[in-house]
Amino acid sequence: MSGIRRYLMRKSMIYALTFVFAVTIDFVIPRLMPGDPIGVLLSRFATLPDVANYLHGYFIEAFGLNKPLWQQYLSFWNAVLHGDLGISIYYYPKPVAQIIKEALPYDLALLLPSIVVSWVVGNWLGAYAGKSKRFDSYLMPVFYFLQASPYFWFAILLAYIFTVKLGLFPISGAYGYGVLPSFSWEFIKDYLHHWILPFLSLFFVQLGGWAIGMRNMIIYEVEADYIRYLESLGASERLLMKHAFKNAMLPQITGLALQLGLIVAGNVTVQVVFSYPGIGYILMQGIMNQDYFLIQGCFLVIILTVLVANFTIDLLYALVDPRIKYAYTEEGA
Amino acid sequence: MLRVNDLKVYYKTPSGYIKAVDGVSFEVKKGEIFGIAGESGCGKSTLVNSLILRKPPMIHMGGEALLEGKDIMTLDEKEYRKIRYTKISIIPQYSLNALNPTKKIREIVWDLAKEHGYTDKEEIESKLRERLRMVSLSEQVANMYPIELSGGMKQRVVMVVSTLLDPKILIADEITSALDVTNQRIILELLYYFIKEEKIVDSIIFITHDIGLLDKIADRIMVMYAGKAVEIGPTEKIINKPTHPYTQLLLNSLPRLGINYEKERLQGIPGEPPALLKPPSGCRLHPRCPYATDICTMKEPEMIEIEKSHFVACHMYRG
Repeated sequence: MSGIRRYLMRKSMIYALTFVFAVTIDFVIPRLMPGDPIGVLLSRFATLPDVANYLHGYFIEAFGLNKPLWQQYLSFWNAVLHGDLGISIYYYPKPVAQIIKEALPYDLALLLPSIVVSWVVGNWLGAYAGKSKRFDSYLMPVFYFLQASPYFWFAILLAYIFTVKLGLFPISGAYGYGVLPSFSWEFIKDYLHHWILPFLSLFFVQLGGWAIGMRNMIIYEVEADYIRYLESLGASERLLMKHAFKNAMLPQITGLALQLGLIVAGNVTVQVVFSYPGIGYILMQGIMNQDYFLIQGCFLVIILTVLVANFTIDLLYALVDPRIKYAYTEEGA
Repeated sequence: MLRVNDLKVYYKTPSGYIKAVDGVSFEVKKGEIFGIAGESGCGKSTLVNSLILRKPPMIHMGGEALLEGKDIMTLDEKEYRKIRYTKISIIPQYSLNALNPTKKIREIVWDLAKEHGYTDKEEIESKLRERLRMVSLSEQVANMYPIELSGGMKQRVVMVVSTLLDPKILIADEITSALDVTNQRIILELLYYFIKEEKIVDSIIFITHDIGLLDKIADRIMVMYAGKAVEIGPTEKIINKPTHPYTQLLLNSLPRLGINYEKERLQGIPGEPPALLKPPSGCRLHPRCPYATDICTMKEPEMIEIEKSHFVACHMYRG
């Protein structure tokens, strides 16, 4: 299987190159923002101008911001390769890596279920809609409505109905002020109570897109010649759907993997609406406070997950779709 | 074997019915290759597809098709599904795209066999391997995906798949159109071998727009024009002594070797096939027929037997 190896080699090269570019951009972008990060930090000392002045110089030096940009760039790479994401300016003196580590579980617990469940339910409903005209005419308007809704708008809508009007769920945070994170039943209950609205916002908006994608693919595949052939040879509706489904799934698998890659970036806006302490929310804090290192850290995590996810799709695709597998093995031979 | 009486199959469109098959009668006998010839759009594909898979907008408007005494036009959906593949099967026009790209050949075959009540997977797969050898393909092909096969190989694989459950009647719908002459010959020889030597199928309905091809393979030929059968008879009679003006025109339009068309123009059939939404009155050929008279524009000719088992629908041969 030298073809497969060659395929992997070439893909790895492309991904390495992408990584270098992405990290470079990650370094440059925050520094293009107007303003001074230390100034934001020191606004706390506004009543003590002398101290603030002194500290300003100290911090600039401590964070290495007085060095030329190229030196900062090199030391940034050096740190990245050693897994050191620096120290947050805004949350000083907390290391960025630790902030991300604390935020990550909230992201995963919110986004992973929302993506996977909406994917499964969306594919299922979409396949149904593609199969039955009647079902289709009822469901499609709903799907289009969901898909067209912006996350933040849908989140606000849910918050308005369920929190403001009905008072059923809390409106912000991942858990109440009265409890501390632990593995107690009380905490889990409280956590789930806070979790449900952000989860539903993400779930419903994504559901529409998955369902529309699947429905269109099924309609396309059902018209395909190979389905007509099976039908001519007496295949039942069930078998036809089975065959059509496998082919219709291919683009959906790509979609899922891409979406999983964005998992950590998650949805900034939903997290902001519900003040949910995931990476999205942290990133927002970093941007608002010009915290270079926090922004870089968050984006680095996002870059890595997107690349890893894409790489995984490339691998999976080669396994699932023989057309891709042979395209590469033949070329290698 | 198969007896079709006054079959009418139309397509429903917003502007009316397209009368693609309009009162066609014929019989397919056991052990024969029955050829159907005609221009594109004359209804030959519609005719045979209506025997195996009727789906809107295609509708059965009248007549019957008796397969072993049972009218397949009025079977309920469940019974109709059961006789497909086991009694009547098809090698479709789109053979090159007929196989699901993400399934191996043996998976496709086994999925279909299961639908018809087969339970022994090994039996089906060994039969598949045997038949693949029969069409000079490697047994390995069973384990391949359609993408790994060339056009000619795919055509042969579809032939094997379509006949695996030993159907009584096999429809071969324009199966040579997409192939070069070498592969055409291979496929024709294999079909011949399947029916005459191995007796895998009882009868074959062979559809083509290339009447010259039928000369080589068919026992009898039916010529269709604009949704009607115009002439039915033994191959040798149709080719050598065509009686219907349309059959004559069709045969004359075949390119022949030894003629330089710079000097002598290739003879075509004047005019174009009519739109079947509103076919011409009387004999449908009359606007293009060199012998047309008044009666042709008014009265539809009936099928008459001019000599033993040679039928023609033309006013010239009346009485």
